[in-house]
Amino acid sequence: MSARRIFARPARYAAIAPYLWMVLFFLVPFGFVLKIALSQTAIAQPPYVPLFDLWGGREATRAALEQLSLDNFRLLISDNLYILSYLRSLTVALLSTAILLLIGYPIAYGMARLPQRWQGVAMMLVIVPFWTSFLIRIYAWINILQHDGLLNTVLLKLHLVSAPLVWLSTDTAMYIGIVYSYLPFMILPLFATLAKQDPALLEAAADLGASPRQAFWQVTFPLSLPGVGAGALLCFIPIVGEFVIPDLLAGSNAVMIGQTLWLEFFTNRDWPVASAVAIVLLVLLVGPLLLYERVQHRQLEQR
Amino acid sequence: MTEEQSSSEVSAEPDAPESPAIEPAKPHAVAVAAASSEPQPEPDMPLLRIEGVVKKFGNFRAVDGVSLDIRAGEFFALLGPSGCGKTTLLRMLAGFEIPDEGRILLNGRDIAPVLPHERPVNMMFQNYALFPHLSVRDNIAFGLKRAGMARADINTRVAEMVALVKLEGMEKRKPDQLSGGQRQRVALARSLARRPQVLLLDEPLAALDKKLRESTQHELMELQNRLGMTFIVVTHDQDEAMTMASRIGVMDAGRLEQVATPRDLYETPTSRWIAEFVGDVNLFEGQVGASEGGRLAVSTRDGGTVYVAEPRTPPARTAVSVAIRPEKVKLSRRAPVAEGSGGRAFNCLEGVITEVSYLGGLTTYKVKLDSGAVVRSSMANTTRIVDAYSVSQRVVVWFTPDDCLVLEQ
Repeated sequence: MSARRIFARPARYAAIAPYLWMVLFFLVPFGFVLKIALSQTAIAQPPYVPLFDLWGGREATRAALEQLSLDNFRLLISDNLYILSYLRSLTVALLSTAILLLIGYPIAYGMARLPQRWQGVAMMLVIVPFWTSFLIRIYAWINILQHDGLLNTVLLKLHLVSAPLVWLSTDTAMYIGIVYSYLPFMILPLFATLAKQDPALLEAAADLGASPRQAFWQVTFPLSLPGVGAGALLCFIPIVGEFVIPDLLAGSNAVMIGQTLWLEFFTNRDWPVASAVAIVLLVLLVGPLLLYERVQHRQLEQR
Repeated sequence: MTEEQSSSEVSAEPDAPESPAIEPAKPHAVAVAAASSEPQPEPDMPLLRIEGVVKKFGNFRAVDGVSLDIRAGEFFALLGPSGCGKTTLLRMLAGFEIPDEGRILLNGRDIAPVLPHERPVNMMFQNYALFPHLSVRDNIAFGLKRAGMARADINTRVAEMVALVKLEGMEKRKPDQLSGGQRQRVALARSLARRPQVLLLDEPLAALDKKLRESTQHELMELQNRLGMTFIVVTHDQDEAMTMASRIGVMDAGRLEQVATPRDLYETPTSRWIAEFVGDVNLFEGQVGASEGGRLAVSTRDGGTVYVAEPRTPPARTAVSVAIRPEKVKLSRRAPVAEGSGGRAFNCLEGVITEVSYLGGLTTYKVKLDSGAVVRSSMANTTRIVDAYSVSQRVVVWFTPDDCLVLEQ
């Protein structure tokens, strides 16, 4: 029996798995959310109309379909609140990603230059914080940043400040929290691309007259761009939708889209508007996601 | 034959360049600037002088006291088995390793403090180390840009280099869109573009298949001859070294064992190790006996008394090996008649053929002597219809004293 015959069937079934996953856990729920986004709020259970009655026949279905409208999306465009929180989310995500890149690149670069046996240790050090619950780590930051917290105590003891500073409920606190939480997602893909770079390339660059600085910018950095792209998107996309960190660490004067969504859903019990917010967010992120896909594709080609 | 290179030094004096496109190597701009403040080197100073260089990795002496002079325009090969230190020596010339002891003088100036990117030396890397994100053109232009050359000059030089390595039309391709041979050419063009005083080549042909390797060997030789540049090539392949180099330095365990022209290396190796490393050899171990008229009698264990043309007279009973190359060992059905008179003209032994390998151009035989030792002989198939010997045939194995060498252990 040929090897092809042995492996052909299971291989074909295995190829279906990711699509099945996508349909079950993304497309079907997305369909529900989209339908709710097109519905109207109602004081009912569930809190929106129309409801599709699968056994109501063709007439009932048509009547329900006619009740669907784009009103919720029009609301999103007409109300500044939504536009501002989308913009804030994008700004926060962009700025955080930039900070993450600035901090993460040197760390990843340093790790990649370590002797082989130390690289594993460094990698562990990056991953170890994950072993503590994310929420606990954010609460720890509240503790550090609060009025009589660790940060102010240290600053006062060092006589760097004369009175405690306000850290908590500021954008600074939020950025600290975001950068802290997402740093491993930036470092790991960067480290992966940097570590697999052939050191002979740097020698070749030096041999051809490039100073270490030139060699970095002409060779190391361009070759690490796939890692930069992967790291940036891995951070940017979830940060746009981030809810917990801004909710716990930032002030309440400006909200990110995740918080708006939460407000609509839980405080206003306006499921249709919340769904519309989610759909628009998704569409906004499809761009970067497609980009991410392409970066990954290119990375695979390079191998 | 002494181990001193002076006796065997044959410098390939470069001809005037035939190609108007490429001028002979000029001193690199950086080197000129740096060297101008230094005293002028003595006129008979070689281009490159390596003096007692030692490189240690931990306790391991990768390069163990190597001294060597290389003159301008030479095609020099460092030959040795893997791990012999030849690549480390090359990397010290490029500046990637710093010698622990000794000096490396380029144009009479110690280049130890000169960083790799400031040396007027370029290297072609073993696996080419082409920049994967840059096109062929940008790979070749990389070194020129770093030297601050004007854009127009860069374009001219790149075009020259592309033509030199026959890669016209490939300028826009990335390295992964090239074949192995094409990549090798890009690497060569890139390392030549800055017109280094010395080009270092680390196993330049190792990644090519046999056919391509042979044609590339000749292209490299032709190129070196045309550019009048000094090439130092590191290789583990003795055929490659013999074909290309004007001089070969054989290295073993961090030491330079012999520096000689390919012919001298093959015909007069200075040690048993080199005789065995370079080409094939039959060795008869024995002790020095009487010497008469420039002929030394060596009583060997496996071949009886063997006469060797040897002007020196080592003390009697010294343990030596008599070396004879297989192509100098002849077979015949009857013992040859000695020409002239006075003692034995030939060394004759008898045995039975145990193996015949027909290789096209030549046929190799293994003959089991009556003493039990096996002697290899190879004979050129100069005619189509050969009266060949066959297995288990009894033959006389003979060779002249002039073709033998006495090697001390």
